[in-house]
Order: sequence, then C-alpha cells, then structure tokens
Amino acid sequence: MAVVDPRETQLASIAQYHLGIKPGTDSVLLNALANVIITEELWNKDFVNARTEGFEDLRHWVKDYTPEYAEQITGIPSDTIYQVAREYALAENASILYTMGLTQHLSGTQNVYAVANLAMLCGHVGKENSGVNPLRGQNNVQGSCDMGALPNVVTGYQKVTSKDVRNRFATAWNIKSLSDQFGLTVGEMMDAAQKGTLKGMYIMGENPILSDADAGHAKAALENLDFLVVQDIFLTETAQLADVVLPAASFAEKEGTFTNTERRVQKIRQAITPIGNAKADWEIICLLANAMGYEMHYDSPAAIMDEIAALTPSYGGISHKRLEIRGLQWPCPSPDHPGTLVLHTEKFARGKGQFHRAEYIAPSEQPDKDYPLVLNTGRRLYHYHTGTMTMRTGALEKHYSNEHLEVNPIDADKYGLEDGSVVKVISRRGEIQLKAQVSSVTPPGVVFTSFHFPSAPVNKLTSPKRDAISGIPELKRCAVRVEKSH
Amino acid sequence: MSSIDLIINGQQITVPEGSTILEATEMLGISIPTLCHHPSLSGVGSCRLCVVEAETRGRKKITPACMEKAKPGMVVETETAEVVEHRKTILELLLANHPQDCLTCGSNGDCRLQDYSWQYNVKSPGFTGDRHDYKIEDDNPFIIRDMNKCILCGRCVRMCSEVQGNSTLDFAHRGFDTKVSTAFDLPLSASECVFCGNCVAVCPVGALQEKKLRRTARTWEVEKVKTICPYCGTGCGIELNVKDNKIVGVTSDDGEVNGQSLCVKGRFGYGFIHHPDRLKNPLIRKNGHLVEASWQEAVELIAEKLDDIRNNHGSDSLAVLSSARCTNEENYLLQKFTRAVLGTNNIDHCARL
Ligand code: SF4
Ligand code: SF4
Ligand code: SF4
Ligand code: FES
Repeated sequence: MAVVDPRETQLASIAQYHLGIKPGTDSVLLNALANVIITEELWNKDFVNARTEGFEDLRHWVKDYTPEYAEQITGIPSDTIYQVAREYALAENASILYTMGLTQHLSGTQNVYAVANLAMLCGHVGKENSGVNPLRGQNNVQGSCDMGALPNVVTGYQKVTSKDVRNRFATAWNIKSLSDQFGLTVGEMMDAAQKGTLKGMYIMGENPILSDADAGHAKAALENLDFLVVQDIFLTETAQLADVVLPAASFAEKEGTFTNTERRVQKIRQAITPIGNAKADWEIICLLANAMGYEMHYDSPAAIMDEIAALTPSYGGISHKRLEIRGLQWPCPSPDHPGTLVLHTEKFARGKGQFHRAEYIAPSEQPDKDYPLVLNTGRRLYHYHTGTMTMRTGALEKHYSNEHLEVNPIDADKYGLEDGSVVKVISRRGEIQLKAQVSSVTPPGVVFTSFHFPSAPVNKLTSPKRDAISGIPELKRCAVRVEKSH
Repeated sequence: MSSIDLIINGQQITVPEGSTILEATEMLGISIPTLCHHPSLSGVGSCRLCVVEAETRGRKKITPACMEKAKPGMVVETETAEVVEHRKTILELLLANHPQDCLTCGSNGDCRLQDYSWQYNVKSPGFTGDRHDYKIEDDNPFIIRDMNKCILCGRCVRMCSEVQGNSTLDFAHRGFDTKVSTAFDLPLSASECVFCGNCVAVCPVGALQEKKLRRTARTWEVEKVKTICPYCGTGCGIELNVKDNKIVGVTSDDGEVNGQSLCVKGRFGYGFIHHPDRLKNPLIRKNGHLVEASWQEAVELIAEKLDDIRNNHGSDSLAVLSSARCTNEENYLLQKFTRAVLGTNNIDHCARL
C-alpha cells in the first residue's frame, strides 16, 4: 500500500510507502509513475493495444516527467517513485482510491486524467479488485449525480442537449419541452446571485455558506437574492439567511434509497415518525409542485423509483421490491439483471479508453513573503462536512470538541507558537482564529485544519479559483500566514 | 474443490473440503454454543465451549467444532453426555469469576454467557475463588468497559487488529491476571482507539457496551430497523434501535458492504436525530425575523414568489441546490421540479465541494 498525502496520517503510518507530497503537485507524481512504467517497459501491452488509444502521445509527453524532476516539484524522493511505479505495474491487481485531495485543485481534472492513464497503462481496470475509485465523502453524492441533480444532464447522465432525451422526458413529465441550455453550476450560481442576475434560490439539505470556497462570497451572494428557500433538518448558517425555511425529515424518518460509492443502490427504511411537523423532502417537493399548478402525486418513494427506472437505462431494473432483499449495483438495465460488480470489463463507456494529456498546472498561490505557509484542509474522523449533524450528537462533539491548526514543530519555533497558543490564520481573503497543535503529522511549511467547525470557518480563507474544466474550487490549498493572537 | 461426506447427529451431509465441523453443523441447522469463534475473525479455539464428539476411523475424541476440519467418513455427535458435561464445567468456571449482576447489566437479554447458562442449566458457580475487581472505564462518551465481565474470548482483540487494523487491544499478564488491555493499560480515551465500537459489536457478553444505548433501553425493548448510514459514501448497513418512537442507538449486524464494522460516526453519531435544535415547523421571515408558520402558509408563499420571479425575470433567474444527503427519489423529484415546473437546468449540488 502506498499513501500519497502531505500529512503522515494514521493510514500513512501503516502503509508500506508514505509519499509525503507537496500539496497541489499530484499530477507531477502520477505522470512520473507513468514515465517509469513506460521507460522500464512495464506497461501492459495487450491491454493498451486492445483497449485504449492515444498511447504514443502519452509516451511522448510524459517523457519530461522524470522521477528526478518530480522529486524537485513534489518533494518525494525519486527512489520511492521508481519503487512504487514498479510495484503498481507488476501487481496482479491494484486499485487507486482517491478523494477531494486530488480534485480540489486547479489541475483537478488533469489529476484525475493522470490516474486514469496510469490504471489503463497497466491494465488495472475492468477486473475485480482493481480500477479507479473516487471515494465519496457524502452518503449519496453518487446518487444525486445519477439522478441528474446536475446542470447538464438528467438521470443516468443523459445530456439535456440531446433532443431525443428532452423529448422522452417531456412526454413522461407531461410538459411541452425541457430547456436545452446547460444550467449554472453551484459556483456560477453564487456569481450570478452576486451580480443580481439570479433572483431566487431553493436549497435542499445543503449548507453552502460553510462548504463553499471563499465562504464570505457565498454569504454575500445569498444575501443579494430576492428570495431564498432552505429546506433542512436544522437551522443551518445558510437557513438563517432564508426567507422561508422548511423542516425536513431525517434519514431515519423516511423511506428511499442511497447509492454508495461503488454504485450500489441500497434501501433506507423508516424507523420513526417525523419529528414535530417535519416532512420528508419528497413530500415537500410534491406539495410545492402542486401549489405551482403542476400535478405531482406519488404514494411512496417506491413509486418514484419506478418512474426513475422507466426513464433511466442504468436504473431500469431497480425497484424497492428487489432492494428489499439486497442492494443492486448499476448498471442494472432490467428486472432480471443481477447488477454489475465490475465496470469496463469488455469495453469503456466510450469504446476505447483514451489517454488524456494531464499536464501539471501549478497551484494559484505560491507561498511568498507575506503568506509563507500552505494551508491544507480536510476532514476529521469524528466529524462530517459542516458539522450540522456531528456537532449535535451528544457524543462526537464531546469527544472532539475543538478544532485546531496543525503546525509542524519547525514552523512553531519559527513563529513562536506553542501547543495550545491561539493563532490567527490569515489569507488574502480573510482570517480565522483557532488553537495551534504542534505536531509532526503535518510537514514543515504546511498547516492543516478541517472545515467542520462553524467556529473556525476555514473556507473564509480558501481560494475560490476553479479548475477550468470541472468548476471545482481549489479548496485543498492556499497561501496563509499565521500570527499568535494576544 | 472436492467435497467431503460426513455424518452429524445421524444426518448425512456433504461439505466443501476445508470446512470445519461447525460450518457443517450450521448447514444442517444444528446449533453449537460458541464464545471465541466469530465468522469474520481468525479462529483461536480458546474457549472450548464448542466441543463435540468426533469419530474418525474408530477413534473418538472431544474436539472444538470451530477448529476441527470435517474429514471423510467422520461421525459427529454434538450433544453427548460427555460433551454436555464439558460445556457445563466451562460455563461454571466462567461464572465463578463473573459478577452475576445480570439484573442491572445493560447486556441482559443479549449475552451468550446468560443464554448458554440457561441452556445447560448452570446455576451458581460450582467453584469459588478470587474475583477480579477492576475499575469500570466510562470516561469516554461512546463505550463502557467493564473488564470484570470479560470472559477473555479475545474477539475484541482480533476485531481491532484484523478488521479495524488498529491493534489497540491485546492480552496482558498471565494466568488469573490475564486481561484485555490497551498499551500501558491506559483508558481507551488515552489510547490509539478510534472508537469504531467494532469490538463492542462482537463482545459476546457485557464487558463492552455502547454507553448510551445500554443505559436507555433494555435489549428486548428495542425494535431494530435495518437501514443505511447517513454519513459517508461507503454506505454501511446499520440497525437503528428504536424504543417508543425514538432512536436510542445504532448496532451493526450483517451490512452488505461492511459486515459488522462501522466507524465512530455511523455507530455513535445518531444523536442529531432527536436534538432539540431540529426544525419542527416551517419558518417565514417577517419583519426581519424567522417566525413559525403553517405548512400551507409557507408553501403558498413559496409558490407565489417563485412564480413571480419566473414571470418577471424568466426561468433562468431561478436556481436550485439539491443534496447529496437526500435520497435518490428526492434528488430525482427536485430536478424534475426544477426542469418541469421552474423550467430551468439551473440545478446542482455541493458534491464538488
Ligand atoms: S473501538 Fe475500535 S479502535 Fe477502539 S478498541 Fe474497539 S475495535 Fe479497537
Ligand atoms: S471484552 Fe468481550 S470480546 Fe473482549 S475478550 Fe472480553 S469478553 Fe471477549
Ligand atoms: S459507518 Fe462510517 S464508514 Fe460506514 S458509511 Fe457510516 S460514516 Fe461511512
Ligand atoms: S467457539 Fe470454538 S473454541 Fe471457542
């Protein structure tokens, strides 16, 4: 096992290799691995010939990414890069797991391409215990993407630009037509709200004020709206800005399905009646649609799933009745289909796998005289997202009640900090205050904290610059300075 | 793989090579008492409660069913007088050093020592001797450890090292003083423990208990509802323990992706459900303040405002954020609402963040 992380996490400490990477330089490392694998002729020739295209290109442009060059940029010894490349290439099966550490950078898309290149190069896809797996931070991220809660696709990633798709949905939904224009991404929504072109927003179960990059911007944007509705289980920081707040039922108070990170659709079951006058989100949406003159009636979430199955090839065979017995991994096109454990066994969605150019794009803020440290952000085991739930459990927040800033002993010395000193962390966008924890988990030059705690809203500091392709902001990294506060 | 024929309690059975006698009996629906054995953990054969009589080629022996492999032509008897005598002795020895406070024990009704004592009619200890007097550890918000009740089956030790990969627990000392302990015998809260509670899930007695759950409900009062953890995308199966329309705890059993394992959030992070901060009524902003309102009032107001904005500024002046924490059905409906009712593709969720 090789763990790539700037910090020496618990997982890193039990791994065979810990690659303590400089934040934001992932594509250099990944390309250097590909470089070794090609130079040493370790790549899977059968797989590459039969299943992929663009290899000659790849061979050409990864030439520059020698392990020696990578060592300079990433800080990882070239010897380690050689070893990891060899072990990955020669392993019988190998998987690459990643999360936001790869995507929340300016070169997030390139990083993901570089991962895919590596896996295809060695033929570590389309078979069991292999492949590339982006681990999902929230329980139903996979499902909300599958369901078309995205500006460019309806369910099952069917594009809104396809006339055929629009027609099918319009008929099923009994409306004249669907818009053929891509909608706004969450970041673009905030920009449009700020500009005043977006007038009204409806937010179900999200707290963008804390989770959005450059949170100050998100707050100002939402305040600029004419009308804001928030539907949630708590009066979150975002709900406090709303004109109308609707009380939603929690997962324990309703029926439905979640799709996990391996595309497994599983049934959730109602255990108790909703708290107070709260209602399940699906019931609320129906109420509202009807109030706006659109007929929307379902007896139960099972009936909604039947409609999803009818409109979505990959969910075609999924029904609550089947899920009662066990979960199903999509694609599951028909009621007698057992679901699909491994994707891409015969071919990729687009036919042949394409090697993409995945050149390194340097992070937007390099440490300088005024902001000499790199702030890396992440999660804590005991908490979840913006803390709405985990700060109210009567247990988790007692055990882990205060957030702190991890500072390496060398930097602590340099800036005169001790364990427990209250510090200000200042970036070009804002400042927050919290206690320092001196720890060698975090390497010199880097400080780390999480985004769970409303009292330390770290996204006030982070950079709103986005990956040009995915629109994902560069949350993982920005330049800061740390001052002892008095 | 070749298979093996054997006879258990007079019944013929064929099992795959490498099966244990215990696995063979399970296939026949015959139950054998076990304490140290757990299907997801390595076998140690230390408690000997599962002993059976097995005869191969005329040679009889008393042997632990969880360790002994089935052999061709083996004849097994699971409840002979001798076997039962063995089990009784083991139970008596365990009870001799076990605080018999079942009346107040949180695991009452969900305890293998209780169950088997009842089954074999072992009443009071046939031996008396020294008893342990360990301090009960309950300084963390998740787990209570009462090592006086520990029967040293070692399941927690193996769970922590083999499944959780944490190796917080191990056996310390010898003989009568043998004890499951953290390094330097520190409390869990001062150890490397990550409070997954997976050791609690496999403890067959009351030595490890979920702190809140076991103080709120008797084991037989709860209804267990199988559902999926609301936190991360792993999608672990959990059981919500319900008493009087309240979630009083989370246990784990046979999740499709996780077996009995959970992390601290899934197992101990349920308290938000009944937190007093939960929204119980719609709120409408009046004179700058959010005040409680009826559903009808709230829904009508939203419909009117959204309608106004759509008519005056066009559909694309509205936008919707859906939630990676809501169900598939709800995400589907919200995008349908956005596209069919509001008439825009301005829908996204915070997955990218
Ligand atoms: S709670 Fe988890 S980490 Fe802690 S001792 Fe038990 S199994 Fe090990
Ligand atoms: S604490 Fe429980 S699981 Fe661990 S050895 Fe003791 S009885 Fe067995
Ligand atoms: S129990 Fe932990 S690992 Fe499992 S789904 Fe819940 S949060 Fe994720
Ligand atoms: S269960 Fe077989 S020896 Fe303990």
